[in-house]
Amino acid sequence: MALSKLSSPSSLSTNILKPLTNSFLLHRPISTDTTPLTIETSVPFTSHQCEAPSRSVETTPKELLSFFRQMATMRRMEIAADSLYKAKLVRGFCHLYDGQEAVAIGMEAGITKKDSIITAYRDHCTFLGRGGTLLEVFSELMGRKDGCSHGKGGSMHFYKKDSGFYGGHGIVGAQIPLGCGLAFAQKYSKDETVTFALYGDGAANQGQLFEALNIAALWDLPAILVCENNHYGMGTAEWRAAKSPSYYKRGDYVPGLKVDGMDALAVKQACKFAKEHALKNGPMILEMDTYRYHGHSMSDPGSTYRTRDEISGVRQERDPIERIRKLILAHDLATEKELKDIEKEVRKEVDDAIAKAKESPMPEPSELFTNVYVKGYGVEVFGADRKEVRGVLP
Amino acid sequence: MWGIIRQKVAAGGGSPVARIRPVVSNLRNYSSAVKQMMVREALNSALDEEMSADPKVFLMGEEVGEYQGAYKISKGLLEKYGPERVLDTPITEAGFTGIGVGAAYYGLKPVVEFMTFNFSMQAIDHIINSAAKSNYMSSGQISVPIVFRGPNGAAAGVGAQHSHCYAAWYASVPGLKVLSPYSSEDARGLLKAAIRDPDPVVFLENELLYGESFPVSAEVLDSSFCLPIGKAKIEREGKDVTITAFSKIVGLSLKAAEILAKEGISAEVINLRSIRPLDRSTINASVRKTNRLVTVEEGFPQHGVGAEICASVIEESFGYLDAPVERIAGADVPMPYAANLERMAVPQVLCFLYDSSIDGCYKFLVY
Repeated sequence: MALSKLSSPSSLSTNILKPLTNSFLLHRPISTDTTPLTIETSVPFTSHQCEAPSRSVETTPKELLSFFRQMATMRRMEIAADSLYKAKLVRGFCHLYDGQEAVAIGMEAGITKKDSIITAYRDHCTFLGRGGTLLEVFSELMGRKDGCSHGKGGSMHFYKKDSGFYGGHGIVGAQIPLGCGLAFAQKYSKDETVTFALYGDGAANQGQLFEALNIAALWDLPAILVCENNHYGMGTAEWRAAKSPSYYKRGDYVPGLKVDGMDALAVKQACKFAKEHALKNGPMILEMDTYRYHGHSMSDPGSTYRTRDEISGVRQERDPIERIRKLILAHDLATEKELKDIEKEVRKEVDDAIAKAKESPMPEPSELFTNVYVKGYGVEVFGADRKEVRGVLP
Repeated sequence: MWGIIRQKVAAGGGSPVARIRPVVSNLRNYSSAVKQMMVREALNSALDEEMSADPKVFLMGEEVGEYQGAYKISKGLLEKYGPERVLDTPITEAGFTGIGVGAAYYGLKPVVEFMTFNFSMQAIDHIINSAAKSNYMSSGQISVPIVFRGPNGAAAGVGAQHSHCYAAWYASVPGLKVLSPYSSEDARGLLKAAIRDPDPVVFLENELLYGESFPVSAEVLDSSFCLPIGKAKIEREGKDVTITAFSKIVGLSLKAAEILAKEGISAEVINLRSIRPLDRSTINASVRKTNRLVTVEEGFPQHGVGAEICASVIEESFGYLDAPVERIAGADVPMPYAANLERMAVPQVLCFLYDSSIDGCYKFLVY
């Protein structure tokens, strides 16, 4: 059983109830409170070919609250997407990220929007983390005009170039060389920024990963390869796919770090550390130990290759949102009621976005022929019926 | 009465027909004011000028730097632009092509060299799924201003795995542009256009053309020279039959046209230059004038470039055809090594015989 091979996190409650510094309760709204707070990660980092960063993470009440709110939004969004898919409003593929929210959120907290992120097809929450809106997500899922790709991409092809999100890729493993290419361009342009190329445990065995990593290490590219290890590549458990499931060590000559991917603060610390490392010393691998509650996609119940006990066990012991909730309550940063109110607000936001997205029209038929090229030279293009469906590429 | 021009391979050991030694049109009989330039030099100068004009342009591939290029196309560039812009890659096509495409996503303008396009198959997922489709899938957010270039098609005696022509493969993909130069003017103008183009361009060169020289005018030598993408060139005007070709085959077609001229047949030779977009209007205008079409290519016949041209002409100019379209292509076999078999596997310049017994039907025979 995959999970038994994981190191079990030390008891949650004892660590988080012992803050290293006292946070003085100030009488101003928690959402703007930037009093520094230091919290320990659930487990220490495990490192390969490098010194692990400290377990003590600097944060603020404002940040913790924003973690809570954003992760609650992501969770609610994914669950709503599930319902939309079952209602046949979303077609084709729909790969859900619930359970893995801490990776997206923690990463955003550790980097800037000038850094780049590229991921595979489980990209809804990563897109949201980069600044995408709920309306853009739901519209794109339903193939409407207001979608981030104007309905032409679908679930697997969300992009937001202006805040450094380069998609959304359907071919397993392809995003890794692409991410190293982004890092190459960042170095070439002397931007002092880095690229995070995310992939799953299934993609970790791809040859092109090692090809790209070799070049990244040779050329000192500021690329960070992040393995979101949710322990199952579609229906295949990691121990059935990889001779060595220690993905943070697979870079061999490239340093690696294993991180509790359900702990947003640990993810933040690791990403900050990796960014500093990559800018000075070249590529690094981060392995995020995480879990997805849904199956691989909407056509996978997710329970044929893992037990329901395992899924509910992770939900009880390691849920990322619950961890932040407990932290906030333990440090008296907000009351139960306030957090519940936030969740209610989030639910309403999501429902409103869905309602608005349902009203968004489908793309115009002429959109069939737009964006094939940037520069089309006035070439004629045809649809299935060459006499009826035709256009000119601008 | 003009009939169809047929291709017929002489059976092994069959008596060859009287050889007609072609008088190849000597392109070198120009005034000394016009410069001669090798295709290799043309490509090198185009790369040099574009890299000089735009700091975002960089070259990557196997042996492009210190080795000066496997075919010396990138000679001198490492010295001039340094290792940051001329990058020797390990032998990992999938990896370095993906890196090139990623750099293009960010806004740089990579030129990725494949030692031959046979190796591009290792990276074809990146060319098609990561490069060609991105602008469409992202609805214009992610454009990919990249050029994939290298020798394509048959060389001499390199065997089956090194002789494949990929023109039809890449030209079928929406989102890609596919160019194939013949002369030095083509090489310069099209490569410059490809590098300046904001979309992914597959640039199919030919190893056997690298060493050939062509006259180039002062206009071609100017650093702002550029040829339009999507426009074919009529290399030789004619009125009896249209021959379409690209890359090395243009040379063979011109030789064939010379021979046909002696027989009193005036052939119009079209150098396609651009396989995608295909210059359908030039091809159709020519067929409407001559009423006959022969498509010639080196690659495999099934689903090839000739098949597409034939379909296009039937769609748009069916009423103008006086005879079915004739398609000449490479043999439908993996490329053999033995010299005699190899000769049979690729279209050759032919000699013609007017066979009066079949009332004006011309036959092609291999010599």
